Amino acid sequence: MKNFHVAIIGGGVIGSSIAWELSKYKLDVVVFEMGSDVASGASKANSGVVHSGINSPPSSLKARYCVEGNKILQSLADNLGFPLKWIGKYVIAKNEEEIKELERLKKVGIENCVPGLKIKNGAEVTEPNISCFAALWVPTAGIVSPYKFTMAFAENAAENDVKFLLETKVTNLIKHKDCFILKTNKGEYQSLLVVNAAGLNCREIISMVEKPDFNVYPCRGEYLVLDKKHSSLINSMIYPVPPKELGVLGVHITPTIGGNILLGPSAEFIDDTENKKTTREMMKTLIIEGRKIIPAISDRAVINAYSGIRCKLASPEEGGWSDYRIEESKQVSGLISLLGIESPGLTGAPAIAKDVVRMISQSIELKFKDNFKFAKIKRKRFSEMSVKERSDFIKKDERWGRIVCRCEQITEKEVIDALSNPLGAKTLSSVKYRCRAGMGRCQGGFCTQHIIRIIKKQFNMDVKNIKLRSPDSNLFFGRTREVRNE
Amino acid sequence: MSNQDVDVAVIGGGPAGLAAAVSAKEHGAKHVVILDRNSWLGGILPQCIHDGFGVEETGESMTGPEYAEKYISMAQQQNIGVMNETMVLHFDKKREIIAVNKKGIHKIKAKTIVLAMGCREKTRWSAMIPGDRPSGIFTAGVAQSFINLYNIMPGKNVVILGSGDVGLIIARRLKFEGANVLGVIEILPYASGLPRNVVQCLDDYDIPLFLNHTVTSIEGRERLERIAIAQVNKNMNPISGTERQIKCDTLLLSLGLIPENELLKNADIKIDEITGGPVVDQNLETTLGGVFACGNCLQVYDTVDMLSIDAKRAGKNAAKYNKSKKLKTSIKLIAGKGVRYVVPQKIDVAGTVHITLRSEKPQEKSILWIIENDKIILRKKLRFVNPANMVKLVIEIPPEVVKSGHKLEVIIDDKR
Repeated sequence: MKNFHVAIIGGGVIGSSIAWELSKYKLDVVVFEMGSDVASGASKANSGVVHSGINSPPSSLKARYCVEGNKILQSLADNLGFPLKWIGKYVIAKNEEEIKELERLKKVGIENCVPGLKIKNGAEVTEPNISCFAALWVPTAGIVSPYKFTMAFAENAAENDVKFLLETKVTNLIKHKDCFILKTNKGEYQSLLVVNAAGLNCREIISMVEKPDFNVYPCRGEYLVLDKKHSSLINSMIYPVPPKELGVLGVHITPTIGGNILLGPSAEFIDDTENKKTTREMMKTLIIEGRKIIPAISDRAVINAYSGIRCKLASPEEGGWSDYRIEESKQVSGLISLLGIESPGLTGAPAIAKDVVRMISQSIELKFKDNFKFAKIKRKRFSEMSVKERSDFIKKDERWGRIVCRCEQITEKEVIDALSNPLGAKTLSSVKYRCRAGMGRCQGGFCTQHIIRIIKKQFNMDVKNIKLRSPDSNLFFGRTREVRNE
Repeated sequence: MSNQDVDVAVIGGGPAGLAAAVSAKEHGAKHVVILDRNSWLGGILPQCIHDGFGVEETGESMTGPEYAEKYISMAQQQNIGVMNETMVLHFDKKREIIAVNKKGIHKIKAKTIVLAMGCREKTRWSAMIPGDRPSGIFTAGVAQSFINLYNIMPGKNVVILGSGDVGLIIARRLKFEGANVLGVIEILPYASGLPRNVVQCLDDYDIPLFLNHTVTSIEGRERLERIAIAQVNKNMNPISGTERQIKCDTLLLSLGLIPENELLKNADIKIDEITGGPVVDQNLETTLGGVFACGNCLQVYDTVDMLSIDAKRAGKNAAKYNKSKKLKTSIKLIAGKGVRYVVPQKIDVAGTVHITLRSEKPQEKSILWIIENDKIILRKKLRFVNPANMVKLVIEIPPEVVKSGHKLEVIIDDKR
């Protein structure tokens, strides 16, 4: 049985950023992720927004981590090579009444030390397709690709010797005198400390050792993804003034790093933490809500839909808002839990990770590694290269000249690079989320067969074992003759 | 970057591109080159291993690979240049093409261009089908490629949504391979594929066809486990109470095809919103002079035979293209009552014009009219029209009609 100093349960953005922060030190760290890749839950399915800190009440943990995270994100992007764009956001007021809301948000923002906030009148808003009465301009809001952001932490942590165990579900947690035993579907592990970053399953993990004093209220948010050809509709993020109930920000329109536009999310409390269905009603509602902001939005522009689930600690009756809880268990020492990390958790993650490491340093002496390395050079993308760069790259390696995904212009080299990730993720989606192959308007119609061919060759894999996204999401039943003869 | 000058550059080496290239060469173009993204020629044909290709065109029935082979050998005999695994990234108004392949970036200056990029399949999201996002959902063409090109089985218990030809043919193919095909679901009151395919692919194998039905939900968190289908009303909305579950591991989507014309954006070529293809004149020339269009990127054809016949005209016109002959005036040809679309969308020279169109809905006995203001240009009895069957016409347009500048309206009606 392998011994670790720290075992992190959950490879979402929180678990991955903590793992990365810990990878700087001389420690044995392991991350258990039940999905087939990191960022398999809420970290993948959200708006990908870097928040500024105008939405959380001053002195809340949400506000503190959001503002701190926002400040350190650019240097992280430079060192880890994930894309980040400071495109800013407008919160728009549709009438005079709503200006009061803008003023309230501005006041909160100023208290939280958010710089550059300005209320503009409708004519000053630099968005040609938006008509509004007035808008709050938030220059320090930005966008990341939420999965690339998470993967950047996880992959660099893995390069610095953190062990990532994918498709490994913690089934039981036992506290011994000075260590924990973690039982999983892939054997037992031992660790001095445990970090519970299991997202929606945080309560389930705590229940293994003590009676939880809280409930999780899953709140589903559906999104629609619009075709890139509509990307010129907006330059920055467009938010309505937040609805009064449910503790959410309302349906907004967000440009994505990949060049699409995102419409959503809805907010719907559900019973089942795994119910990530999209629904006919909500899809319609999102289009209607989107049209309130940009009337030109058409359902024909939709190329994909998905939902993510917020981990809320407050019920709808209580208003849906509660602060994060980041704490060591009082009864079970050595168990650090991160509870209710919903929006702005993506922005706050790097700051949260620093705090968690501070907590860990109280139990374990931390010494910096001598050989810690930041991520290798930022991965080039063929679609973003100049003609000269393209020619040079193809001369060096002809796989740069073979386009696999037509819609997004992704080359064979980029697909193979994605499959060579240090986490060992090898599903069709792990390729898609790393290099965008299959994310365009044909949704894999042309490239799926080629990517399957490449996966099969790269890992010498039986097609039966090739998966779409999750541990049991096998894509094929085998060779044709095999199936017929069964 | 390599540079070359060509007479005719054909973008796409599927059936349309091959036919256009062969025809361009036959009509005097010296240097013809085909640029294709695949490592093979023939486009989708190599995976269409069923029979029936070429009947209308040659009287002989062939499989897809055989049909492709016929044109590929013609292209070889005529020394048509082929650049495989080559993707056109861009072309502009000066007809300069930028393409990439494993040898590098290529600039190709073409006197004329023939567009033959084909089409792509509609996805689950074009139909906005809600539910889980498990594995086991494929477009019919993707499933067909796995079975026929790679010998890989995508499913065992299969439901097919959409009764387009690809969906019907894949239903039979899956049956041959031992899968259970539980049914074909069609939202319209009639099949959208060819009637002969309904008989030969479904009826002959006892595969049920559910008309006026759609898929309302998809369930399965990892692999597909079941779907729900429901009857729809006249507005295509599900009727509550008619929903039922079908256990299956695979859902194939045959929802129709979308012409692939993303390349046209840079060159500012006008697109017809209904066909999804470029607006063309009687010579199949687009709104950018010297650029012609054919095949499924122009309009989605029923059969490869009809597609090839038109593609040959595009190739011929590209070879014979002469900028100076171009007239400035043109008249519009528009789809009126009962007609979904008409190609070409404009006419600028009097004489013989080949027209293709589709009706709005199936009709037993009907009359097709072409009308200029109140003047009847053509009146033709049609025995049976069906949106799945393209209507083809050859008409003579007198010089005074072109000179008039009036639009021509095409109508399909039961009486007038």
